[in-house]
Amino acid sequence: MKGWHGKLLRVDLSAGTCNVEALNEEWAEKFLGGRGLGTKYFVEEVDPGVDPLSAENKLIMAAGPLTGTYGAANGRYMVITKSPLSGTMACSNSGGEFPSQLRYAGYDMIIFEGKSEHPVYLQIHNDQVQLVGAMHLWGKTSRETEAAIKAEFHGDAKVACIAPGGESQVLFANIINEEHRAAGRSGVGAVMGSKNLKAVAVRGTGSVKVADAKAFRDAAMGAYGLLKQNPVTSQGLPALGTPVLVNVMNQFGALPTNNFKQSTFDGAEAISGETLASTYLRRNKGCLGCAIGCGRVTSLKGSRFDGVGEGPEYETLWSLGATCGVDDLAAVTKANYICNEYGLDTITMGGTIACAMELAEKGLVTEEEIGMPLSFGDADALVKLTELTGKGEGFGKKLALGSYRLAESYGAPELSMSVKKLEFPAYDPRGVQGMALEYATSNRGACHVRGYLISPEILGLPEKTNPQETEGKATWLKIFQDFTAVVDSSGTCLFTTFALGVPEFAAFCSAATGLGYSDEVLLELGDRIYNLERVFNLKAGVDPAQDTLPKRLLEEGIPDGPLKGEVARLDEMLPAYYQERGWSAGGVPTDEKLQALGLA
Amino acid sequence: MQKLIRIEPEKCIGCKTCELACSFKNTGEFAPARTRIYNEIFMDEAKFITVTCMQCDEPWCEKACPKGAISKEMPSGVVYVDENRCVGCRTCVSACPFGMIKYVATTGKVDKCNLCNGDMPECVAFCPTGCLTLDEEDKPLRQKILRFVNTMKDGQMEA
Repeated sequence: MKGWHGKLLRVDLSAGTCNVEALNEEWAEKFLGGRGLGTKYFVEEVDPGVDPLSAENKLIMAAGPLTGTYGAANGRYMVITKSPLSGTMACSNSGGEFPSQLRYAGYDMIIFEGKSEHPVYLQIHNDQVQLVGAMHLWGKTSRETEAAIKAEFHGDAKVACIAPGGESQVLFANIINEEHRAAGRSGVGAVMGSKNLKAVAVRGTGSVKVADAKAFRDAAMGAYGLLKQNPVTSQGLPALGTPVLVNVMNQFGALPTNNFKQSTFDGAEAISGETLASTYLRRNKGCLGCAIGCGRVTSLKGSRFDGVGEGPEYETLWSLGATCGVDDLAAVTKANYICNEYGLDTITMGGTIACAMELAEKGLVTEEEIGMPLSFGDADALVKLTELTGKGEGFGKKLALGSYRLAESYGAPELSMSVKKLEFPAYDPRGVQGMALEYATSNRGACHVRGYLISPEILGLPEKTNPQETEGKATWLKIFQDFTAVVDSSGTCLFTTFALGVPEFAAFCSAATGLGYSDEVLLELGDRIYNLERVFNLKAGVDPAQDTLPKRLLEEGIPDGPLKGEVARLDEMLPAYYQERGWSAGGVPTDEKLQALGLA
Repeated sequence: MQKLIRIEPEKCIGCKTCELACSFKNTGEFAPARTRIYNEIFMDEAKFITVTCMQCDEPWCEKACPKGAISKEMPSGVVYVDENRCVGCRTCVSACPFGMIKYVATTGKVDKCNLCNGDMPECVAFCPTGCLTLDEEDKPLRQKILRFVNTMKDGQMEA
């Protein structure tokens, strides 16, 4: 096998054993790696009905055949498991150096199964692999955990860990690597916590080999040139990072505010990328092999808070900012740091606090129960509640359940701004119809990174579409979702796709593996992965009736701003989408479709 | 005139593409453990530092080599290791105060940056921010001097 190492590590936490297995070559060719190959292994080995927090659930960390190489931003891995938050496939992506280090140590993937009796962590030093006691690390933040592991194992080790949020199984706990990068959504950290697995520390001194070095270099140089020419990847993202979007989305009128009660935010400028750049931003940072460098290295020195770290990103400026009505950039940044240190997904954290704010506003939850007065715009409460959630104290224990379970417990599930119990990110689908369809159909719930139609609808890449129109969006979305599945499976960052298309990925994947992937074969591969996830979700009991949006977005028109009166017109798009996908009118993949993809 | 890899740390984004490009060109594999250029990240201080061999005028490694395997070639100024003469005794590894020459177990020889043998150095070709350049004039230094000169100019009364 070229491109892949052809090796996976299987760690049985119940038995305390670590074994190396050969990678299934046929699956690797058909599912690539990362998201695709990880999901294939997962669905083959795990019952869809499994309790996500039980020993029978598994957790897979999967790199792709491009992870650890250069030319685009090829430093990503995926964490695949069944989500305790949504009950769907969970599949969360992170960069930094940890994913590549796993490949330099000689592995494409790690499968964790069972449950350890006591806290442990996994040490990997090339072919020396062992589970080590982690009682002394339990309770430590991501920063403390990383420092302790580096001191006792190896100073150059790259560490992915859970923090107190994952240990106490906050349903949206994440897995943090190198202190600041997160496999963020769907509660993958809670699954790790349920297995008593504190961390994975890797030191790899080997290499990643490709099939055709000259062709790979040519592909990399070509990709590099395109990334340098594209205004988003060469100017917007390096200068302002993802926060460039705060002002863009607010001016467009689709920056959800106060739990989606409004869609423009008076405080947008105060939490914008421009303001961040002139206040707490120290410099920008790239993950391993990245030619973009969107990371925000920040410090709160000079503000009323303290700390240094990475972020906030756009989604976080919105979730801990606009949708909570908070325009205090220092408080948003501080809450972001707390999320990173305690291992919490910033999007769901913010969405859940916003939901609590509306519950309080409507008198459905009392000040006494929360332990403090709570209303939209309260920056101090935002920071305090984030901390309580991380520490598992007071009202934080209720917030730890996410917005849907929180709102449901007060008899108002409609106040949870979520799909399939996963909270929305920062784009109002009433103003961007393509995103309405993406949120409703994404295999992990309200998620923006399975088919990022903001790219054509708002940014005009690869071409401009009309965000108020519904026609044609099903076709756009299927292509974006399938292509994204390829990117997520290759080990490359999705942000490269502002500049790179299917042909560039075909060149990369072919040169790396020697398998001659054509554009058509790659897109079919993406389609296959999408259907594989869909079938798992259906078997797990997430039925097509859940391909919908909260009532507020379907029925209540946007009350303010340039898009006043707009609603999400999902019913105009969903039947076309099912048809485009080759599914039944009821949203179920047909036998013919599954056979054509080699899934039946 | 001698050309060198010039490094401007303020432009670095800590992506380590230089390490990947170097090892891929010189070993045929992506192997940061075998790179000849090093990019280190100091997140808390928000500083990213890159170092490589500066092709010394009077190289410690050359002086230390008991076999005469290391020489500074002119006019390029590149300090080369002659693999036919190198016996892998590691004396040069001890002598270099910067750690920029190292022993490679798989070849039994020492390895260091040779500016990609006269081609454009691969690290420079792939550096995404222009933090690395190949130049004979010390451009970053010249830019610093010009900034200082401009400050002086701005403080002058008009004639």
